[in-house]
Amino acid sequence: MDSLQLYRRYTAISIRAQLTYRATFALKTVGHMLVTAIEFLGIWALFSRFGTLGGWSLRDVALIYGMADIAFALADAVGRGFDQFGTLLKAGDFDRLLLRPRSTVLQLLGHELQLMRIGRLSQGIVVLAWASGGIAWRAGSVLLLALSIAGTACLFVGLVVLQATSCFWTIETLEVWNAFTYGGNYAGQYPMAIYRPWFRRFFTAIVPLALTSYYPARAILGRAPLDVWHLLAPLAGPAFLAASFGAWRIGVRHHASTGS
Amino acid sequence: MSGYQAIVAARFRALLQYRAAALGGLFTQVFFGLVRIMILVAFYAASSRSTPMSLPEVIGYIWLGQATLLLIPWRNDGDIAEQIRTGNVVYELTRPLDLYGTWLARAIAWRTAPVLLRMLPMFVVAMLIIPPLLPGWGLARPPSAAAFAMWVACFAGAVLLSAALTTLMNVTLMWTIAGDGASMLIGSLASMFGGLVIPLPLFPQWAKPFLYALPFAGLLDLPSRVFTGNIPAQQALWVVAHQLVWTAALIALGRWLLSRGLRRLAVQGG
Amino acid sequence: MQIVVDNLVKTFRVAERDPGMLGSVRGLMRRRQRDVKALAGVSFSVRAGELVGYIGPNGAGKSTTIKILAGILVPDGGRVEVEGRAPWKQRIAHVSRIGVVFGQRTQLWWDLPVVESLEMLRHIYRVPLDQFRAARDELVALLELGGILDTPVRQLSLGQRMRADLAASLVHAPSILFLDEPTIGLDAVSKLAVRAFVQRLNRERGVTVILTTHDMDDIETLCQRVIVISEGAILSDGSLADLRNRVTRERWLTVDVDDGSAEAITDSHATVIRRDGNRVCLAFDPQVVSPAELIRRVASAHSIKDLFVENPPIETVIARLYGSVS
Repeated sequence: MDSLQLYRRYTAISIRAQLTYRATFALKTVGHMLVTAIEFLGIWALFSRFGTLGGWSLRDVALIYGMADIAFALADAVGRGFDQFGTLLKAGDFDRLLLRPRSTVLQLLGHELQLMRIGRLSQGIVVLAWASGGIAWRAGSVLLLALSIAGTACLFVGLVVLQATSCFWTIETLEVWNAFTYGGNYAGQYPMAIYRPWFRRFFTAIVPLALTSYYPARAILGRAPLDVWHLLAPLAGPAFLAASFGAWRIGVRHHASTGS
Repeated sequence: MSGYQAIVAARFRALLQYRAAALGGLFTQVFFGLVRIMILVAFYAASSRSTPMSLPEVIGYIWLGQATLLLIPWRNDGDIAEQIRTGNVVYELTRPLDLYGTWLARAIAWRTAPVLLRMLPMFVVAMLIIPPLLPGWGLARPPSAAAFAMWVACFAGAVLLSAALTTLMNVTLMWTIAGDGASMLIGSLASMFGGLVIPLPLFPQWAKPFLYALPFAGLLDLPSRVFTGNIPAQQALWVVAHQLVWTAALIALGRWLLSRGLRRLAVQGG
Repeated sequence: MQIVVDNLVKTFRVAERDPGMLGSVRGLMRRRQRDVKALAGVSFSVRAGELVGYIGPNGAGKSTTIKILAGILVPDGGRVEVEGRAPWKQRIAHVSRIGVVFGQRTQLWWDLPVVESLEMLRHIYRVPLDQFRAARDELVALLELGGILDTPVRQLSLGQRMRADLAASLVHAPSILFLDEPTIGLDAVSKLAVRAFVQRLNRERGVTVILTTHDMDDIETLCQRVIVISEGAILSDGSLADLRNRVTRERWLTVDVDDGSAEAITDSHATVIRRDGNRVCLAFDPQVVSPAELIRRVASAHSIKDLFVENPPIETVIARLYGSVS
């Protein structure tokens, strides 16, 4: 499909553009890897002191952590255009996207693929790989792992699309969204069971992170049965994303009639 | 008098413009604070081992970390970065000013104002709003007036230390590649080794000498523990000493690097 | 008619704040809204192949009109048809047929060579390869881009960038080109190059061009037709000569004397516009006193080194037009 092809081209030129700053790029990538590696160090330190987190072992948490980070890294890479949308809108460059015979969503998804973020992705993979050593894998759980990561990535992209949509009304990107994107990623690195009920309810019903990430993880770890409900749960991610695209379309219409 | 009134009024008006951004930032920080607290509460609940910090102290520590978050040198000074990039910084050599001193003063101002602006609402939330809603999860008052007084001293020390780190970061911008890297790393290293992510006392015993030797401990960890009483008021002077020693060292390093950097730029032509 | 604009109306809602402290505090709670009428019933039509200047003071409604014509803004009332389509209703089909160049902003990818931007646009606009190659070669030749094809856009001068942006806007062979301040900030040579290109594009390829500009030389060189808009309403729509005649029949006589008597030059039927050293500029109505008669009178009283008769500069004409409304 030619939209997919165009997206690939966008990715290619984005990478080429970043590579024109070769030295800085190399340094930033290494730096980002170090930074994300340090984060897991903290969790390890806590486990070495306390031994357990409410019945969850370091290996258990590592699985959840790895899944959350991989999903976030994927969403981060793809959603950069939406993340930067406030700046784009303020500079008046959104008009240029509207003047091209392509969907605004496609153009924003292709806006930039930040290679530097590969640090978080590789860290997530390493942590996940270590965690998987303690898991009895079956075909079902591998499938669920893939679905869960994909679903959670969709969820995070949906959040950043909503963040961008809010700019149509507020112009500036509201910092409050960081609570849900970065905050959501942070909270998603730990088992949802340890949080208060009201917190869990929010992340199940409104931002369904528990559905895309936590419940599948429980099934993979054998703490819950690997049944059809658990396989379907990650669909909450694409559903959330579809809803946020709906909001985006409303935002674009609003922009077209008010010019702001 | 009316001149002052006008200035204060203008400042206040500027603050009101800022309100949406400030509230958003406050919400995000409260969110992160609550998540961190829930995680540590779960760790403490599950285990019966003894710990170098009690749970109330940890909770207070987390709120203080969020309140003084802006002491972490996340970003370098954009204006200075621009000056260096365009090469205009060499013109500063022609002025009868101490460039490093100017930059340090800038950094102090740059750190103080936003920190206070974020700190005061955070204190209000952590001490007055959270306790009735979530009992036991608020920030408790310092154990004594002496502890509070020492904390104020440590806070001032932390501001100086943060300014020295920031200025060093700005100086490294003269070496473009290294500068970019330093800007990226210092923020993350400072947040981790300052105790923002995990309280330093909870790290393994063998790591502690290393962690406390670093300057970052003086940014958040040590002052916060003075506030909560984890470090007794009598020993708080050592904290200030730690901060000042590192501040002096970073200033010396910064001055030296700046003079070398300026010489290099002047030779290269910017 | 390629473009039809009929009674176009557009109103914007602007948030207003009272000045002072009280206003800021009130601003926290409720914002007062004010309605600004950007377009109050604008109508005109453009035939294929015309080169139209669309001018007016800042805030007149120029960019609002252009945005509606481009399909990125929806009007509140009236009808617009471009090649039979309402631009905002069929955005994607519509924008495939138009090109837009903003003088202040570039549509090229900043860090990449010019040629890669052109390639990328080929794919975005789905231009067939052979058609693209032909267009690219022609544009490179006409705009003299050969030397800068491999240069990253961020390293280009303003003049080079504008030429590259012009090429970029034409990759997909649009039938209508909107130019928004295309010569702003350019050096004299680049301005001439841009004007020459646009003229050629219009005359040889029949591309309809709608030009908004504050540069009157652009207008005089390029525009067969000028539409003047001010405060949301069309003040004038016709050729440049029509515009001049509508506003004023006035002509200007500029005289250089070599006997130091410039101070003393006057005439009962002319007004002195400017005295500058040995030069004097007189405005007169050719129907009251003919140019020849005025020259004879001035020459008989003073020693003239040089003289010329001209129309008032278009800025003056247009300023008078704006002024005549308010």
